[in-house]
Amino acid sequence: MLSYTFKRLAIAVPTLLILIVVSFVLMHAAPGGPFTSERELPPEVLANLNAKYGLDQPLWRQIFTYIWGIVTEFDFGPSFIYKDRTVNEIIAQGFPVTLTYGILSFIVAVVVGVTLGVVAAIRQNSVLDYFAVGVSIGAQVLPNFVMAPILVLTFTLWLGWLPGGGWQGGQWEYLVMPVIALSTSFMASIARITRSSMLETLNMNHIRTARAKGLPERRVILRHALKPAMLPVISYLGPAFVGMITGSVVVDVYFSTGGIGKAFVDSALNRDYAVMMGVTILMGTLTILFNLVVDILYGWIDPKIRY
Amino acid sequence: MPLLEIDDLNVSFDTGDGEVHAVNGLSLTLDRGETLGIVGESGSGKSQTAFATLGLLAKNGRASGSIRFDGEEILNAPARTLNRIRAERIAIIFQDPMTSLNPYMRISDQMAEVLMLHKGLGKRAALAEAVRMLDAVRIPGAKDRIRLYPHEFSGGMRQRVMIAMSLLCQPDLLIADEPTTALDVTVQAQIMRLLQELQAEFGMATMLITHDLGVVAGFCERVTVMYGGKVMERAPVHPIFAQPTHPYTRGLLQAVPRVDRGQETMQAIPGNPPNMARPPSGCPFRPRCAFADEDCAVMPPLAPAGEARERACHRPVKEVAA
Amino acid sequence: MVYDSERMEAIAERMGEDEVAGRSLWADARRRFLSNKAAMVGLVLLVFVTLFALFGGYLAQWSNEELDYNVMGVVAQEGGPSLENGHYFGVDELGRDLYARTVQGTQVSLMVGLVGALVAVVVGTMYGATAGYVGGRVDAAMMRAVDILMAIPYMFVLILILVMYGRSMTALFVGLGLISWLEMSRIVRGQTLSLKNREFIEAARATGVSGVTIIRRHIVPNLLGVIAVYATLLVPLMILTESFISFLGLGVQEPLTSLGALISQGASTMAYGTIWQLAFPLLFFCLTLFGFFFVGDGLRDALDPKDR
Repeated sequence: MLSYTFKRLAIAVPTLLILIVVSFVLMHAAPGGPFTSERELPPEVLANLNAKYGLDQPLWRQIFTYIWGIVTEFDFGPSFIYKDRTVNEIIAQGFPVTLTYGILSFIVAVVVGVTLGVVAAIRQNSVLDYFAVGVSIGAQVLPNFVMAPILVLTFTLWLGWLPGGGWQGGQWEYLVMPVIALSTSFMASIARITRSSMLETLNMNHIRTARAKGLPERRVILRHALKPAMLPVISYLGPAFVGMITGSVVVDVYFSTGGIGKAFVDSALNRDYAVMMGVTILMGTLTILFNLVVDILYGWIDPKIRY
Repeated sequence: MPLLEIDDLNVSFDTGDGEVHAVNGLSLTLDRGETLGIVGESGSGKSQTAFATLGLLAKNGRASGSIRFDGEEILNAPARTLNRIRAERIAIIFQDPMTSLNPYMRISDQMAEVLMLHKGLGKRAALAEAVRMLDAVRIPGAKDRIRLYPHEFSGGMRQRVMIAMSLLCQPDLLIADEPTTALDVTVQAQIMRLLQELQAEFGMATMLITHDLGVVAGFCERVTVMYGGKVMERAPVHPIFAQPTHPYTRGLLQAVPRVDRGQETMQAIPGNPPNMARPPSGCPFRPRCAFADEDCAVMPPLAPAGEARERACHRPVKEVAA
Repeated sequence: MVYDSERMEAIAERMGEDEVAGRSLWADARRRFLSNKAAMVGLVLLVFVTLFALFGGYLAQWSNEELDYNVMGVVAQEGGPSLENGHYFGVDELGRDLYARTVQGTQVSLMVGLVGALVAVVVGTMYGATAGYVGGRVDAAMMRAVDILMAIPYMFVLILILVMYGRSMTALFVGLGLISWLEMSRIVRGQTLSLKNREFIEAARATGVSGVTIIRRHIVPNLLGVIAVYATLLVPLMILTESFISFLGLGVQEPLTSLGALISQGASTMAYGTIWQLAFPLLFFCLTLFGFFFVGDGLRDALDPKDR
């Protein structure tokens, strides 16, 4: 198990480095790119940049300085637009917000999705099953940016139950719609995957063995069927995580939660490459770390791939 | 009172091709400590009989008739009744030890849970008992290897684990469903010898389900031959080998390689087992039978034919046995 | 948005067997596809949406750029769907005809979906077939690169690319395609590996046919089933991605529009009571996606009837 973990880690680190280098080179190669003098940077910003990267230095040296700053001090450098703000400050402001409703959405999607899928599989062809299947088909065309306006239309404009945006330190009424908007499509996918994999698992020979042992049905499902049925779900968690991180951008913009996604879109519109790169690298890091966790989880469940 | 009494059992499945009748009007009895072989090619309904007994039929399966165990009706019984009997009084060994053990659980947990459930043992006591049983099925180093996962065992060893697991509660009846089919030939013999010894030691009644008459010869007291979901012949084991009275039994015997006869006399039964979605009318063996005649379009009744022996065939014994 | 890579492999497997089993597989698949109700509904939806995109413009009474001064300023009261003034779907917040805009948005979305999927399929197939055919260390390196690229949150990179290269349609096509070929390349590679050792490939190699020709003539045709299914399911994902970006205001630029951009505008104005501005683009968005998903699922089930 330990060597397996190290092997996974050995893939994660170079991936991260490649992500940083690729983004940096992309940024550098951009027409009208960040370091050319065509763009009119405020003199203070230019001074900051020069101090940070040594813009007169060769490219490899700038990359090295950049990576070195990230690795040693977790420092993403100064913003290209705002004179007195660093990328770190901008990220630090929005990240806790995104993290809060992101984690909540993830938990909701997994818990509700798995429960719905398991129940639908156990009660195959029941009303509940049809409901679960219907929801998961419908939700394919209800991504976060469709869910968000529909929710606001329903709960804010028509019913007047929930505020249409804002954060207020994360009070629950401000959390409900972001979480639903972000989690729905993933919840549906997880339910669909869980259902079909549970149905497949329940037909496996070892489940018949478990039944032949006289175990109560609940134990057969929870102890014998759930683990193998979860394997495809766990493989999906990585893509789901990426999808949620991406979706958080919409939530931040649409619900004005003040999260990191808003900063990303603003910087994209302003061509503030430093902030864009900072956010991209942060999200990439999170994704890579999360995939690492998923791999380890997978190895924990399936003893065959552990070695 | 017999330990197990199956009366007019019918098992059918709803499939895309329509209703498939796997077992048709099967009746049999089994006494305490007795060993019964159920023999037939694949698709003869022998495994489904075992599954119906323990309520393990697939979701689309239906069973009717009666199965009484120790006087209690258990066919289609509620889960609570079945769960009391499963493993505790009737245990089953499945065909494929590769997939029948849970690949995601340690052997220790898979075995201990049986004892914790049925005998109310604590984890530690259950584990000790499980190790004892693994010793009994001659798994070397059981104390350490019980911590392993199924994929870390060889096929033969896995089947030993399966056998040990089934015997944990010392059941009154053991159903062995093709216990050696998935194993190498040399391992097959070891497993059968082990089963035989364990049967003698624990004295449980045993129902051995197999397509291999050779396996039955050394193990069972009585034999029931099934084909197309119906009983063709039943008899004590020695007479059936000495003088098969049913064309199908005869065919099966000729397909068994034997040392006392030359290879040239060994021959397979021509044709294939019937498609049970569209079974032939009358005797199911009719299309493959060398003795078949027009009257075989009507299924012959299972009629006594000498000592403790029954057969379902229109042809006289003399004609078939000759 | 799952690719069901295992199912894809199963399809590829069957397609490979096809070489031996004769052509009945395709006939079987067509029969199964035609008897699949959801797939038929999907097909009807697709035909409808395509016709709408191609010919819907001829029915429009207004162009998509014209401003209707009669309703300007009173859009919420007067700008709703109406047959009288020729705005079947109403007007947008600036007084432009929403029907014409929806036709245009559907065109753009469909085109982005199709071209993006095409780029992804071509790149993925070539990359995967090459890796699988060459094998050895080259294969290992190529697939490790795919592993690494898969761990990158592509949307951010895509936006980065779009911003740098001026948010043009070309940048969008290329960007979308370039981030979507990874899964395809894996499936194609796996299948190529197993095809490589088949008799007919070995025969071709023995007679001196070059590697490129073998890939093009023998390997790629055997992958057609997988490619068809995958491409059909990829199109709606491309549309989703494009709409996502457009929703953020980072996609195609005015006067061009897409369904995502229209949904975004509709969502920002719905508080003023102009609900139709959200409803019509959303409707076409959902119809298009449903159409592709149903047809894609239907194709998959027809080629690999596993869950019956």
